Amino acid sequence: MAVLSRDSEVSRPDLTPSVRDRFQAWLPKLVLSPSFAVILVFVYGFIAFTGYLSFTDSRILPTFGLVGWENYSDLWSIRNWWRAITNLAIFGSLYIIICTCLGLGLAILLDQKIRGEGILRPIFLYPMALSFIVTGTAWKWFLDPGIGIEHIVQSWGWESFEFNWIKDRTMAIYTVVIAAVWQSSGFVMAMFLAGLRGIDNEIIKAAQIDGASNFRIYRKIIIPQLGPAFLSAFVVLAHLAIKSYDLVIALTDGGPGNATELPATFMYSYTFTRNQMGVGAASAVIMLIMIASIIVPYIYAEVRGGRHGR
Amino acid sequence: MAVSTVDTAVRTGRLMRALIYALLIFFAVYYLLPLFVMLVNSVKPLDEIREGNMLALPREFTIQPWLTAWSSAQVGVQATGLAPYFINSILIVVPAVFISTVLGALNGYVLTKWQFRGANLIFGLMLMACFIPFQIVLIPMAQILGDLGIAGTRYGLILVHVVYGLGFTTLFFRNYYAAFPTELVKAAQIDGAGFFRIFRRILLPSSGPIVVVTVIWQFTNVWNDFLFGVSFADFSSMPMTVALNNLVSSSTGVREYNVHFAGAVLAALPTLVVYIVSGRYFVRGLMAGAVKG
Repeated sequence: MAVLSRDSEVSRPDLTPSVRDRFQAWLPKLVLSPSFAVILVFVYGFIAFTGYLSFTDSRILPTFGLVGWENYSDLWSIRNWWRAITNLAIFGSLYIIICTCLGLGLAILLDQKIRGEGILRPIFLYPMALSFIVTGTAWKWFLDPGIGIEHIVQSWGWESFEFNWIKDRTMAIYTVVIAAVWQSSGFVMAMFLAGLRGIDNEIIKAAQIDGASNFRIYRKIIIPQLGPAFLSAFVVLAHLAIKSYDLVIALTDGGPGNATELPATFMYSYTFTRNQMGVGAASAVIMLIMIASIIVPYIYAEVRGGRHGR
Repeated sequence: MAVSTVDTAVRTGRLMRALIYALLIFFAVYYLLPLFVMLVNSVKPLDEIREGNMLALPREFTIQPWLTAWSSAQVGVQATGLAPYFINSILIVVPAVFISTVLGALNGYVLTKWQFRGANLIFGLMLMACFIPFQIVLIPMAQILGDLGIAGTRYGLILVHVVYGLGFTTLFFRNYYAAFPTELVKAAQIDGAGFFRIFRRILLPSSGPIVVVTVIWQFTNVWNDFLFGVSFADFSSMPMTVALNNLVSSSTGVREYNVHFAGAVLAALPTLVVYIVSGRYFVRGLMAGAVKG
């Protein structure tokens, strides 16, 4: 299913245009227009509004005194924001890399005529159906040194075992990676599995006749053909990483201290609890730019591909 | 794109196969572990969790944590349990899913079978809307909800979810109807059938699968939403996810882990049930929405 596939236009029989016919001709546009108007206002209008606010002196409520680029220069001088950006870089890259490797690995394993695939696949995928708040709650207590893994391993007799990342300022961001990978990797697996199932088996058979090892077949023939799946996985994961909010709130609430601050949590706290709406709006604009720089080329390519590819 | 069932032609030896099964089972355990932890510890008394082992089965079985989570846990100011918020979520999800699905179906129908100049541009704009970080709309949305007099109400949240769900529902139906034979629509038109009649009689009867995919997608997204809930709801309209987070992160008194786990399972239950009953469609939605989104 391509985003834009070519559709033939319905030619309307051109009879004498009575009022009813004219109404019928307008009806499709009439039906579409409320949705389109809503999108224009609530998406593009709101983006413009937030963009405008990012140049104003808004504090608790929107105000309209222009201050130029002040909010942006403020933003980049706030240590918390740098923390959020650094964390996003760490979290985002690990999340994307681990999810991709794990997803690809599981997909390849599941593709080996596995008995019970019908049971295993849903098990790998179900976390995707859960709310990040549920995931966060489960992992919050599971990673808690007092009752979770540390406590469990110690109770097995390894008394000196330590695993307190969630309470540790430098390690806490990695617990967010752990929980997020758990939630999304099965989904990446499903994408790669769909890609693997689309590969022509004849090429593989030919390579086998030539005596190529399995490892070589995967490295040289199969994985290079998964390009589109890699791209999709990257786009989806990157945009989920930038939007990440719920999981951090439930797992660490940005803490300890501000150790797990991300742009999304920063935006929320500066806008709604620290009364620096101008700075909050500026941070939201930066988030939009980050996502757009990933999504827009992708959709553009999809749209073009859809037009030329058929 | 459903996952088809043609496996690879790559052949593997016996030892290799044993290793593959071992790895797959290991990962199955990894994915199931948090669910297992939630379920097992939601039926233990509190001191058994604190003194014992989270992975152990309950020595003493109790459903008290579930009852507490449902009807008497301290979520807001009052000890109401999660029940009212569960109901809030249902009252928000049902109309939001219904309205956005109906609108998405009509939009998809117009965009494929009644194409006009600029239709692709309109679709492109709706599509981009699926991916914006919602932080960019939070401030003006709060303002507008206030102006409309529905700030902090369920109606406000329904509106928000309909608006930001429209892109995806339109995308689903558009792609589905694009593959539907336009000749049938033309023929019906020549027979004098109107816009809605063609939709009802010709497209709708064969829309079953895509309706299911869309409803599941929207249901999951709206039920699992946290950002809009925490931004725009007050205590009377708070959805389940926000209530659960309040329950778990409230720092007053003893941390009742077993109640937290029971609450988490309660919040997960509706989407989990949908997933178990119709996982195939859930995956299709994910693929259609995300892979080619």
